[in-house]
Amino acid sequence: MGDVILKVRDIHKRFDSEEVLRGVSFDVQKGDVKVFIGPSGTGKSTLLRCLNRLVEPDSGQIWLGDDEITHAVDIDGVRRRMGMVFQNFYLFDHLTALRNVEIALIKVLKMQKASARELAMSELSRVGMERFAGKYPAELSGGQAQRVSIARSLAMNPEVMLFDEPTSALDPELTGEVLEVMKKLASGGMTMLVVSHEMEFAYSVANEVLFMEGGVVVERGAPREIRNDAASDSPGRFERTRAFLRRIDG
Amino acid sequence: MDDSIRFIMEDLSGPLLQGTLASLKLIVCSVPFGLALGFMLASGWVYGNKPVSWLCRTYVALVKGTPLLILLFIIYFCLPSFGLTLSPFFASVLGFIMCNGAYNSEYIRGAILSVRSGQLIAARSLGMSRAQAIISIVMPQAARRALPGCSNEIIYLVKYSSLAYILSYIELTGAGKMIATRSFRFTLVFSIIGLVYLVMVTIASIIFMWLEKKLAVPGFEAKRQ
Repeated sequence: MGDVILKVRDIHKRFDSEEVLRGVSFDVQKGDVKVFIGPSGTGKSTLLRCLNRLVEPDSGQIWLGDDEITHAVDIDGVRRRMGMVFQNFYLFDHLTALRNVEIALIKVLKMQKASARELAMSELSRVGMERFAGKYPAELSGGQAQRVSIARSLAMNPEVMLFDEPTSALDPELTGEVLEVMKKLASGGMTMLVVSHEMEFAYSVANEVLFMEGGVVVERGAPREIRNDAASDSPGRFERTRAFLRRIDG
Repeated sequence: MDDSIRFIMEDLSGPLLQGTLASLKLIVCSVPFGLALGFMLASGWVYGNKPVSWLCRTYVALVKGTPLLILLFIIYFCLPSFGLTLSPFFASVLGFIMCNGAYNSEYIRGAILSVRSGQLIAARSLGMSRAQAIISIVMPQAARRALPGCSNEIIYLVKYSSLAYILSYIELTGAGKMIATRSFRFTLVFSIIGLVYLVMVTIASIIFMWLEKKLAVPGFEAKRQ
């Protein structure tokens, strides 16, 4: 067992009359890759956003390392330690790829311009985007933009990376390049929480797949068990996950 | 004809040049502060807490709802009774800044609201404070979108700077009026003054078009064909 890097206990979140999260708990070890799947509207994205408090949870606790961050005053400091990648990339539209990666290094980490540039370049080459450093977001394909946004988060040297449906907005032929980068990260030991329905990715790199429905984790297990269960027709431990996976497979 | 040319060269050109310089002085002193005020009002309106937002909104409504001339009269004639006496020049500049700022703020506010919400979310997720995210990410985008509107407003300012002459600050219009009254050559004098304003506005337009081009980001603004 490695060190627990993220501990999540009984997170609840309500938007108006709808309780989106109804008590979610899990632990993440250093180097873990956890993939969250489930029907849309079950709170997967909200859960990720609660972890770095882009959305404030109503109740429950979150520890990042030894720090209880649910009530942390310096939330900006906490967010620096957790990278986040969004479905729609959210690259800064007015900045080149390089400036996108560089700006938080300069503004948040107060790095010198030259060293920020150097680090940003090396992060861009880590995701295979160094040739596009001077391009603006509108000049990039979806897959390229998402790789830049991954580089932007990685540059901050986060302890955990949160991926919120990183390939859902991409054309099918572009998901591969993003998943490639994510696989490389995972094999490099990055701790990752991924909301995604890319089951091939989940089966090949995740330690655990968590199936969420109705604001709670209803089933969870090792990817291999889930895959075997999904392929079989006899009753198993993952009935609801199986039903869901068959539905998305069409 | 010779007479007109001599009149222009000898009687008109000197005072009009001085008047033009005086007008430029008014404009140049007002524009940067008008823009700054516009940014402050717009961010206060959009991002401020309730009292700040209300204050900005009320200010904009008041200034937008009052003729500039009345605003100038209030500044120049009423403030002295509260112990604040301003020279015609400063009273005019203050009035122009107040008016220009209010109108600019509307363009800038619209531009801020047009910046996609994900931009702020992404900035915050990287650990930027709200203020940092607004200043480094939202404002540069909003400024680009507000530029055409604000440049229009500044062009208005070039023209309404002529109101300063009513507070007895002799700028282009005032200088012309004095000569016209003295020489009775109203048509000639006011035509030339109109031409000078036209030239000033044209130059301002060219500067703003250049600026827009210089700040353009591919794919950020709609493409100009």
